Amino acid sequence: MSDALVIETSDLRKQYDGVEALRGLTLQVPAGSIFGFLGRNGAGKTTTIKVLLGMVRPTGGSVRVFGLPADAPDRSVEIRRRVGFVNDEKDLYDYMTVGEMIRFTRPFFPRWRADLEQRYLHKFELPADRRIKALSRGTRTKLALLLALCRGAELLILDEPTSGLDPAMTEEVLQALVTHVANEEMAVFFSSHQIAEVDQIADRIAIIDRGRIVVTGALDDLRENFRRIQLVFDHDAPEAAFRSPGIERVQRNGRVLTVLSSAGSDRIVEEARALSPASIDIAPVTLKEIFLETVVAED
Amino acid sequence: MLLRPNPSSGVPIYLQLMEQVKHSIETGALRPGEQLPGMRPLAEELVINPNTVAKAYRELEHEGIIELRHGAGAFVSMNGRAKKLTDTMRAGQTMVAGTVERLRARGVTDEEIRRLFEAALAGPSTTGGHGE
Repeated sequence: MSDALVIETSDLRKQYDGVEALRGLTLQVPAGSIFGFLGRNGAGKTTTIKVLLGMVRPTGGSVRVFGLPADAPDRSVEIRRRVGFVNDEKDLYDYMTVGEMIRFTRPFFPRWRADLEQRYLHKFELPADRRIKALSRGTRTKLALLLALCRGAELLILDEPTSGLDPAMTEEVLQALVTHVANEEMAVFFSSHQIAEVDQIADRIAIIDRGRIVVTGALDDLRENFRRIQLVFDHDAPEAAFRSPGIERVQRNGRVLTVLSSAGSDRIVEEARALSPASIDIAPVTLKEIFLETVVAED
Repeated sequence: MLLRPNPSSGVPIYLQLMEQVKHSIETGALRPGEQLPGMRPLAEELVINPNTVAKAYRELEHEGIIELRHGAGAFVSMNGRAKKLTDTMRAGQTMVAGTVERLRARGVTDEEIRRLFEAALAGPSTTGGHGE
């Protein structure tokens, strides 16, 4: 694993007709990582991906992929050549057969991997003679993934790769990604609103909410650092102003005070002891809870 | 030998893997000198991130429980750390069993005991060790 960044954005902004889709998005994706990009529908995931691929021009901020500015048209061509991309619609030519689609795609990519093509054709059990319009949603996804994996890309960008797939199919796609990263030096950046799959295969994540990153980091660090601290008092919970860093949220409810911390729970507990609660409970917080706590509820 | 970790438990997956390897050594399913599964095949089998497996193996090596031999793979250490692990765990088992017995005698239910242990584990450490 290297420390180099394959994706780096800073204060990225995008406005569509006065609507702010991205509002100062700062993102860093290191080489060799499987990076989960989590957010609710409409949070700005697809806009971010389009900016990374040079398909949408940002209104402000900077965006670099492989160190190249993605908002410069000539450089974005080079970026697209080095990136394997699967979008939500799994754009494929419906009138072609699976075999024709592969033979059509192959010549565009000088680094095409015939060995991987054979492996995934077999592994995904793709019917070479079937027309694409007759494929199930899952098989369509697997074909799109094969085309992205075989082009010898240094970075895979996947927009909701498992949307609409059943659990068995999802597992197959996740396994293909894990295997691919284990054997090829590359990074995967995938957007999702399926927390379970991000939990399973990502080593780094970012949570996007309303065009901004609200949480990002190594998933293991987040799991180790986020804590829910619950204080129970014999009387009404005091109005406590915690000064320790890492306080995400404090909630008072009758005799109970709940603190969500993103770091330094030890110091927060120290501070809490000074309030002399009857009991202190500390519990780990799951990614799902982190997600639900950090994204703004629909109003 | 190694089972699928539970990604949504809130416990880092590499820690779950480390626990499983240690447990296998404690129970004798893995013996000193024996080889562990390769990192890539294990990542594929468990469908988890290869970096996570690498991190678990590195940490286990750091603790002296396994040895990573370049090009050959990972092996349970012959240096006595694995045996010490077994002894430490046996001693710990006795202590925990005693504590659980005393709590039960006071009328604390098993579910309550489980929550007490979890709260104590999630809390700050007084000896500086945390999960190690």
